[in-house]
Amino acid sequence: MMADKKAGLKSQEYFINMGPQHPSTHGVLRLLLSLDGEIVKKVEPHLGYIHRSIEKMCEFDSYGQIVHLTDRMDYLASHINNEAVCLAVENALEIEVNERIKTIRTIIAELQRLSSHQLWWGVMGMDLGAITTFLYGFRDREMITDIFEETCGARLTMNYNMPGGLMFDIHPDFQKKVKAFLKHFKKKLPEYDQLLSDNVIFRERTVGVGKLSKEDAISYGVTGPTGRASGFSNDVRKQEAYSAYNKVNFKEILYTEGDCFARYKARIDEMWESMHIIEQLIDNIPEGLYREKMRKVIKLPKGEYYQRVETPRGELGVYIISEGGMSPYRLKFRSPGFSNLSALDHMARGSKIADLVAIMSTIDLVIPDIDR
Amino acid sequence: MNREELTAYIKSLGNTIEVVDEPTQFPTFMIPASDWKAFALTLRNDEKLTFDFLYCLSGVDWSDCMWVVYHFRSTQSKQSIVVKARIDDRNNAIIDTVADIWKTAEFHEREAYDLFGIQFQGHPDLRRLLLPDDWVGWPLRKDYQDDVNMVMWK
Repeated sequence: MMADKKAGLKSQEYFINMGPQHPSTHGVLRLLLSLDGEIVKKVEPHLGYIHRSIEKMCEFDSYGQIVHLTDRMDYLASHINNEAVCLAVENALEIEVNERIKTIRTIIAELQRLSSHQLWWGVMGMDLGAITTFLYGFRDREMITDIFEETCGARLTMNYNMPGGLMFDIHPDFQKKVKAFLKHFKKKLPEYDQLLSDNVIFRERTVGVGKLSKEDAISYGVTGPTGRASGFSNDVRKQEAYSAYNKVNFKEILYTEGDCFARYKARIDEMWESMHIIEQLIDNIPEGLYREKMRKVIKLPKGEYYQRVETPRGELGVYIISEGGMSPYRLKFRSPGFSNLSALDHMARGSKIADLVAIMSTIDLVIPDIDR
Repeated sequence: MNREELTAYIKSLGNTIEVVDEPTQFPTFMIPASDWKAFALTLRNDEKLTFDFLYCLSGVDWSDCMWVVYHFRSTQSKQSIVVKARIDDRNNAIIDTVADIWKTAEFHEREAYDLFGIQFQGHPDLRRLLLPDDWVGWPLRKDYQDDVNMVMWK
């Protein structure tokens, strides 16, 4: 009887909306899932819930103002986003800032990368059912945001960079506080590892889940730790060293597995490398001006400029077409999250809904960065 | 290949490929939209070029024509080039898709369609991406007017 009944059951594909208000999308992203039972057949991202048309706004703003718009894109890497525009403008004007500015920029950028990865680690653990990680991640991130607050008055959207240098000099306690943080976090990072890396449940949820091959990572333009976990070497800090990255030793983290666990490990290892970079620079901040002399009105010569930087999520590109005026004729942001998200459908097909959550959190999406 | 050799080699691939003479950051080429698809396939598959990483795709609106600007890098030779496909008819902007060659183009072309109204022929799913489906107009075009949503202070 039972067998007959089962044979008569028919399954049918159905659609379900994940988001725009779903905890694991970390913002307002809507995924239209096409499901067969619990198996994901197709993922269709619907974007634009916080599209602010930053590129259009830039066409009417001065270059100084554009910098302020960029930290509203990837808010977890506001300093690095600012830096991208500043470097583009400085390169176009052929201004080289002094070593002090370069060093401070690099230290802050690596602190930002650490704080972004800490937050990612916290929320990723929470997505997979571990509340503790969220509290641990935010506890340690607090120390970094305190340093930022003391340096420039803001904790999240910092606006510390400006074309030609920095808004302010560093606080007298800056080096002391950063060293105290490093000392603290060096003890805590192994705890992160103990809590998740060897946890059986965590491994079951991540090892072999959401595989992305190297060829696909390149074809989809997946950069950052997500791409490097698939063996795609794309670290801008290595390939086109900007600021002070040519003065420091660090490894580019590469994994070949391309699954969720590899992406997780890549970010954990990157945190060690970031600390290593800061350690090399923190005692060697050269003397000098914190801001180069610049003209009040910045006009870029006619031409095209492309500047890329490495954010915690991957390669951020700023493409400026200038007609010689105070505003760019066209400005395009190649945001890392946008390209990384495009691979989500490919990675999630055939997996379970719960695996989709794991895949999404290991891609580390920041929605304003995608929507711009 | 150094920059000169690369530029000369790519120039030799077709009669309609122009080298942009101004001093540019990367070797830059201009091609009419009608010849783009064949050129794109060569860029990807030619053993000397293998531009496998399309990292940026931008639409640009000029008053008399439109561009689609492609930034490429080869993960093997580590070289970068820029290709600008020129669309002469702004009112009927059509170009072939490259989403079948570089998968990332699928999203980027949808964005360019959404904001510039460029039709990518052969695209598997050409719909608006960032804006709502019922939005009227192409916001990043220079002649776009929207008195409600755009605040101008000029």
